Amino acid sequence: MKKLFLLINLSVFPFFAACAQQENTPPIQTPSETTYTYETVVDAIDIPWGMAFIDANTFLVTEKSGVLYYVKDGEKKAVAGLPTTYVRGQGGLLDVALDPNYKQNKRIFFTMGVHIEGDKGGNTALYSALLNDAQQLDSVKLLYKAVPNTKTAQHWGSRIVFDQENHVYFTIGDRGNREVNPQDISRDGGKVYRLNLDGSIPKDNPFVGKEKAKEAIFSYGHRNPQGMTVHPETGDIWTHEHGPRGGDEINIIQAGRNYGWPKITYGINYSGTTITDDKALPGLEQPLYYWVPSIAPSGMAFGSKVYPEWHNNLFVGSLKFEYLERLVLKNQKVVLREKVLDGIGRVRNVITGPDGFLYLGVEGKGIIKIIPKT
Amino acid sequence: MKIFLTIYCLLFLGWTGWLYQNKPLEESIRDGALIYQDFCLQCHMAKGEGVPGAFPPLAKSDYLKNELGKSIQGVKFGMRGPIVVNGLAYDGIMVAQGLDDEEIADVMNYILNNWGNDSESQITEAEVAAVNRP
Repeated sequence: MKKLFLLINLSVFPFFAACAQQENTPPIQTPSETTYTYETVVDAIDIPWGMAFIDANTFLVTEKSGVLYYVKDGEKKAVAGLPTTYVRGQGGLLDVALDPNYKQNKRIFFTMGVHIEGDKGGNTALYSALLNDAQQLDSVKLLYKAVPNTKTAQHWGSRIVFDQENHVYFTIGDRGNREVNPQDISRDGGKVYRLNLDGSIPKDNPFVGKEKAKEAIFSYGHRNPQGMTVHPETGDIWTHEHGPRGGDEINIIQAGRNYGWPKITYGINYSGTTITDDKALPGLEQPLYYWVPSIAPSGMAFGSKVYPEWHNNLFVGSLKFEYLERLVLKNQKVVLREKVLDGIGRVRNVITGPDGFLYLGVEGKGIIKIIPKT
Repeated sequence: MKIFLTIYCLLFLGWTGWLYQNKPLEESIRDGALIYQDFCLQCHMAKGEGVPGAFPPLAKSDYLKNELGKSIQGVKFGMRGPIVVNGLAYDGIMVAQGLDDEEIADVMNYILNNWGNDSESQITEAEVAAVNRP
């Protein structure tokens, strides 16, 4: 009887293995006890896409439909002076960030879908502006606009971070044109970009002087990065990106590198068909980690000492499974994955505030603060 | 004679204009399929089956059939709050996708004529244009 069972098992298993993708390890854990609680800091925001703290009680939040909120002590008001947002599919008002010298210069940066230059559709743009004392935007300046415009719904990016040398980094997705954009450095889309804070191109950008290259490009071969953060100790730039079906990735970004999309991927088409058989090729970067199945990651932050157990763990929002994912890393490998706030809603964003607490943007809710139980 | 000819021409132009103010249903469904793949499929899934409890189905959906006006309104301006679809409760949020009236008509015609749905009449661009905010 046992033998028969084994035989059936052996003959059936390969069939299942052939039609399902192999789940990547480690499997996600659901802790039996929670060591934290949460409170809602500001509510009634449909899609709180991006967030930037001015101080522990004051911050900016972008709402995807094109509203920039100034929130002080839980009260929100819309900031006037934003350029017209082009809302289309996944595009709209995206991330917001403060200049590293914000206290002195009051400058902010934001990314958004815009329809300019006349041709149909839109693409992602990076702006800077000054936030005046009446919480309005002055001196709005377009720093970068991806071309060409397109009417597709997909893959606008976008996150913004800064390094210690006064560079601004931002991401733009492949705009749904994977065969054309991500592998071509003469085209926008599927890239991480780096600029000086005034919008000029750093002389040491990897493709400066290269014929036809978009010199703002820092790395390429990306699909749709909607998470980017700076490691608090190493200063490295970490990103994650949405894969197709399976194959969401975490990468550490290095100048001039090619991260492979769509020549290599751990994912398949939504329809179940193959994109490529290659998961690795010479000259193309391997991800630090990949998710199969996809969690649909958005937002990325490292845990502070406010959470002793979570210090320097990586936190990533899951739009698909509606939790915050905690990833424990050891020697640049993911050794543990755990659900935090399981079922909270579509987690669009996560950042660490100036007080060290984790703040989440949750769709249909607003901004949520995670508080350790004492 | 001249006046009759003019009237005849005007009538003819008016009639053809009326006939072709809407694109044929087949063409609308074809265009709507592309919109569906680009804007709707990731939540409502490839065969309109949705995700039970999270994203309502569009295939053989009683809500879609009984609340067609609200459905068009939802695609145009977004919708939120509790609804019941085929006996299952949903309490989510769908934001406006930035589609124009013609694209909304096309995607509605695609949805209403697929996966077992069988619509009696075609949604027109003018009908979508007439839908106001809730």
